[in-house]
Order: sequence, then structure tokens, then C-alpha cells
Amino acid sequence: MTDSPITGSTATPAPAAAAQAAPSDSGLQPGTLIEPARQRAPGTAMIAIDAISKWYGDFRVLHECTTAVAKGEVVVVCGPSGSGKSTLIKCVNALEPFQKGQITVDGTKIADKATNLPKLRSRVGMVFQHFELFPHLSITDNLTIAQRKVLGRPKEEAHKRGLDLLARVGLSAHAKKFPGQLSGGQQQRVAIARALAMNPVVMLFDEPTSALDPEMVGEVLDVMVELAREGMTMMVVTHEMGFARKVADRVIFMDQGEIVEDAGKDDFFGKPRSERAQTFLSKILQH
Amino acid sequence: MFQNFDFGVVASSLPYLFGQGMVFTLTLTALAATGGVVFGTLLAMMRLSGVPGLWHAAKLYVELMRSLPLVLVIFWFYFLVPYIGAWMTGSPNPIQVGAFTSALITFTLFEAAYFAEIMRAGIQSIPKGQTAAAQALGMGYAQTMRLVVLPQAFRNMLPLLLTQTIVLFQDTSLVYVLSLTDFLGAASKVAQRDGRLVEMYLFAALVYFAVCLAASFLVRRLQARVAIIR
Amino acid sequence: MNYTWNWGIFLEPSPEGTGTYADMLLSGLSWTIATALSSWVIAFCLGSLIGVLRTLPSKAARAVGTAYVELFRNVPLLVQMFLWYFVLPEVLPGSLGSWIKQLPNAPFYTAVACLGFFTASRVAEQVRAGIESLPRGQRMAGTAMGFTVAQTYRYVLLPNAYRIILPPLTSEFLNNLKNTSVALTIGLLELTGRARSMQEFSFQVFEAFTAATILYVLVNLVVIAAATLIERRVAVPGQR
Repeated sequence: MTDSPITGSTATPAPAAAAQAAPSDSGLQPGTLIEPARQRAPGTAMIAIDAISKWYGDFRVLHECTTAVAKGEVVVVCGPSGSGKSTLIKCVNALEPFQKGQITVDGTKIADKATNLPKLRSRVGMVFQHFELFPHLSITDNLTIAQRKVLGRPKEEAHKRGLDLLARVGLSAHAKKFPGQLSGGQQQRVAIARALAMNPVVMLFDEPTSALDPEMVGEVLDVMVELAREGMTMMVVTHEMGFARKVADRVIFMDQGEIVEDAGKDDFFGKPRSERAQTFLSKILQH
Repeated sequence: MFQNFDFGVVASSLPYLFGQGMVFTLTLTALAATGGVVFGTLLAMMRLSGVPGLWHAAKLYVELMRSLPLVLVIFWFYFLVPYIGAWMTGSPNPIQVGAFTSALITFTLFEAAYFAEIMRAGIQSIPKGQTAAAQALGMGYAQTMRLVVLPQAFRNMLPLLLTQTIVLFQDTSLVYVLSLTDFLGAASKVAQRDGRLVEMYLFAALVYFAVCLAASFLVRRLQARVAIIR
Repeated sequence: MNYTWNWGIFLEPSPEGTGTYADMLLSGLSWTIATALSSWVIAFCLGSLIGVLRTLPSKAARAVGTAYVELFRNVPLLVQMFLWYFVLPEVLPGSLGSWIKQLPNAPFYTAVACLGFFTASRVAEQVRAGIESLPRGQRMAGTAMGFTVAQTYRYVLLPNAYRIILPPLTSEFLNNLKNTSVALTIGLLELTGRARSMQEFSFQVFEAFTAATILYVLVNLVVIAAATLIERRVAVPGQR
């Protein structure tokens, strides 16, 4: 069923031999990335994006975008560069302000003045294109600083959770190193662990593999596939259509600030309705 | 707060402040900046020459100057210049030079250390290919420098050179320690004579502020327009 | 040249009756160092604050920061020294003004305040440049993890910015040290002023200035060595 070195996923239990064979640095350790309480429960909208529009001066970046991500759902957002997909995902945790519409995350309205944004963001995990690990902090400190300073967890607890997750992404040996000493793929796996350490209700990925050397894309996607199979709610901006095929429930296609197509995975890859999506797919799938 | 203030004292001393003080300040700034850039460029070329002795001397000079307070250097040259003059002319006694000349020599030599660092960065910013191209055309070192490297370095560094000149303009106020009549010196003399320190020093601050703010605004405009050539 | 050198002058008693000329210069050096260190505390804290203001999203905060920097950068230090020493006590409300005038060591406190506020504008520019040189994503990552603005600066932006600007901050520290000499104009008994007094009392101009020069160079070397040490200690493995 699985063609990746992933082992021990709850959805697809792998033979113990495979788990043994997985090298500690590139493969995943057995266990779960998230606790069962947060796993799939279809029907409830975790993220509801309601008719949001955004302008930079006169330039319209987003136009009346509406969609939703159900609890446990994995939604892939794709589209040509400049289509507004990264902006859209950054609106979800209010890293980018928007002028019209509303986004509700786990029942909390983003555009509400009374909303405590730092608190909301602490429950939304985000993974960036350029990893954005804090270069002056060791890997351990990167994993624990927000747990301690934002969530107020005791040092030992934060430490334990951070190191557990580091083991889960297969990088235990690097706990004492600094970001600059890791490869891009390793940094991105740490960044995913850092976000997970906060026990997020949803994970956002903003082109998590597009800054990586090709040979490192796989190790990051493996972690994401694992996470998806465990039932994490995920919104992923990416061009990796293989990833979308494997784990996405729905695919959203954006162009010029608009959601052009929002369909189930099979519909999208089978028979995209819009010409723009067809053109995009043919270009991206050519090679 | 200002009810006891007499700003008439400012008005009546304007001709003295500007006709004498500001003229002194601007003349000193302009001459010292010109001399400083020329000598500074020489120092930068010496430092980049790689010729032992030459670059050591330049480095020592620049770093020594940059580690000393300007006030101390002003005192140094004030007393040293007459002796150097005597040594150069072979005179048995120290030669009396005017206070202005002494100040000019001081500021030229002191600021040259700072201009040298700017010019060094400027020369280093010119791609090696430019030197290679000039040499391929048969130019010697002097021609390469004069015709190819320095013009580009000057152009690239012009905003920094001008900013340093604004610093120099402010630094010239330190000739106060030699009791010279630059702009601040003139204001200070009126202030002491009439017992109007508050009015005169506030006015002096205002004038320096206006001049420097306007000048740095112009430099920024220039910087935006004169993009680095590549 | 008929200058009569007398290097023994340093061991002769100074006319002030408090020791030799050497003691006089060394006491000047200690005032120089005390003034430089005290004013640096103000400059570093205030300068960091102003520098941060200039990088905040709020337009008002940025305007305040810019106004501060322009004000303190565009007036010569000597003029600022006079404003603090001669003008400020006069324009403050009566009792406060006369309290300042009666302060013992008034030149010292004035010099510390003046240099602190002056150098703060330079520190602010370095801090701002340091923060602006960081990738934009760093601020976003901090924000995305739920850090407040203050936490993002405290845990993410400033620790990185300070590391980057350590070399220019060292230069600013040295500039501040050299600038203490301007305070001789308001009567601070610092090193340059003491060398000048020695010259006036003893007429041994060049011995006095040579000694002061050597002391300044030594302090510079110590500061540079200390900065190199700090740089090495805070260096992050794997960077550059």
C-alpha cells in the first residue's frame, strides 16, 4: 500500500522489519504525530473562508474567495505563481490582513477585533517555504521556545514533547545542533515538528518543498503524508501533485486571486471543469 | 518658559554669525573635504597596493587617526604644525601659522582617514573584470585607476562621501577648543558678551539642524537617482 | 627644531597637588572610561528602543523613531553638549533647573546624558538596519507561532539583529568613547582635557599628547579584543 519508507502509521501498519530498516535520519520513527483526540471527524468545518477579498493599493490580490476545510480534511491549494494561493493561506492565521469577508478557524472569527490573534495562531501550525527556523537557537530551543513562552508549558514538558516530535521526524541525533548545520530537508522537518509541538488543531503549509533541492523533497513529503494519514486537518499550498494524489481529499485551483476550481481529488485530476485548471495541470504534469 | 528670552540678540548678531562665523565654517568644510578626499584616495590606493611598507604605513595612519578623538588631534596639530613648518623650511624656531591654516591641516589629515575607508570600499566594489579589461586595452596601473576604477568608485561612493562631509561640517564646530570664530564660535562669543547663552545656543542648534537635515535630504535624493553602475 | 624633550615629566608632581602628572592622566582616563560606559548604557537601551520603533508596523511609532534620529544626528555633538549644560537648566521649571545646576559632578552627569542620547540615535540606526536585514519570514514565523509583537522582538528578531550588528556597534562604542573628549568643553576632567592641562602647566606639549594618544590606542585595542571575544562567544554554529 505504501511505497515510501514511512513506517508505523496508524492508517497503514507496516511490518516491524520495515520499521527496523528505516535509517534514523531519513525515515520516520513509529508512533503518532498527533493525538487521537484531534483526528478525523468529518462534517465540522475547521476553517471556513467566507468571501474574502484583499487589495494591495489598487491591485486586487484576492477576490471573493470562499471555501472550507473540514476537520480531518486535507486540502491542497495549487495555481500559477502570483495566483494568490500563498496570500490566501497566510490570511487563515492573519499573517496577511484582508479587507473584506471573514475567516473562521475552529469557531474563532479572524476579522473580529476582539479576537486574541496570538492565541489563535498558537493553535494553528504553519510551515514556511524557507523553513524560518530561528537561526540563533539550537534545534531543541526552536522546538520548545513557543511552547514555553506562548503556551507557558514547564521546561521539562516542553522538552519532552519537542524531543518526541524530533524523534518522530527522524532527527533525534540533531537535537543539540543549530539550524545552519542541517540540510534544507532536515530543517523543514524540524519546522514541521516545531509547529506540531504546539498541539495545533490545523496545519498550514506554504509551499513547504519549493525551496528544497530535489533530492530532499521526498523526506519532507513523507512526513506530511504521515501526518495526513493520521488525520491532521491540513491546508497545503504546493505544486507536488503526487502528494495531492496520494493524500488530498480536495484540490483548490486558484488563478488571479480567485478560486477557479474547488473539487474532490478524483474529480479534479479526472476532469477539471475549467480550461485554466486544465492548462495548468497539463503544464505541471508534463514532466 | 520663554518669557524672559530676548531673541533680538539673535537678530542683531546675524551679520556677524553668518558673515564671519558661517563663512569660516563653510570654507573650512569645503577645503578640508576636498583635501580629505584627495589624500584619503591616496591612502586607500596605498592600502590596496599590496606593496609592503606602503600599505602598512597607510593602515597604521588610518587606524591611528580613527582611534583618536578629534579634539586630541586638533590639539596635536595646533602645537605640532609650527614645528613641522620649521623643519620643512629649515628654520631654527617654530613657524607661526594662522589658526585657520592649522585647523585646515588638522581636518584634512583627520578626515582623510575616514574618507580613505570609504574610497577603499569604493575601489573594492569595482569588479575585477574592469581592471582586467583596462589592462587588456594596454593601460598601465595609473591609467587603469584614473580612467576606469576611480571614476566608478567615486560615483558609487558619492552619497557616502557627501554624508561624511556633513559629519565634517558638524565636526568643524570643535575648533571652539582653539577659540576660533566659526559659526558656533561666533554664537558663543555673542552669548558670552551679552549673557544670552540660551538664545544663542538654541539658535545655533536650529541652524545646524536645518542645514544638516536639508543636506542629508538632498544626499538621499541623489542616492536614489545615482544608482550604482553595474 | 629646538623642542626640549623631558620624559621624566610624568613622575613630577602636578601643580594641582594631587600626585604626579602620570596620576593626573590616569585619573583623566578613568573619567573617560566611566563616562563612556555610563553613557553607553543609555545609548544601548534607548537606541534599541528607538531602532525597534522604526521597524514597527505603526506609522506613528516609526515617525517618532525617525524624528528622534534626525534630531540627534543633525546637530553637532558640541552644540548638544552646550544645550544640555547651559540651556536645559534654564528652560526647565525653576526648582528643577537650580537642582541640576547644584549637582556635584554636573559635567559628568551632563556628559553622560548628552552622549547617551546622541549615541542612541546611532545605535538606533544600527538596530534598525539589523532588524531590516533579517528575512521577512522570521517575523512571520514568530507571529505564526503565537508570539506577541514584543515576544517576536525579544526571542526572534533582536537576538539575531544584535549578532549581525555587533561589528558596527563596536565602532559606535569606540566613537562614543572618543566623543567623551568633547565634554572637556563643559569642564569634565577626562583624558584629553587632562593632557591639555598638563601641557599648560608643564609646557611639555608632546609628552602629554603622546601619553594620551598611547592610552587611547590601548583602550581601543582592549575594546576590539573584547568585541572579538564576545563575537566568538555568541557566534551561532553553522552560520557563515
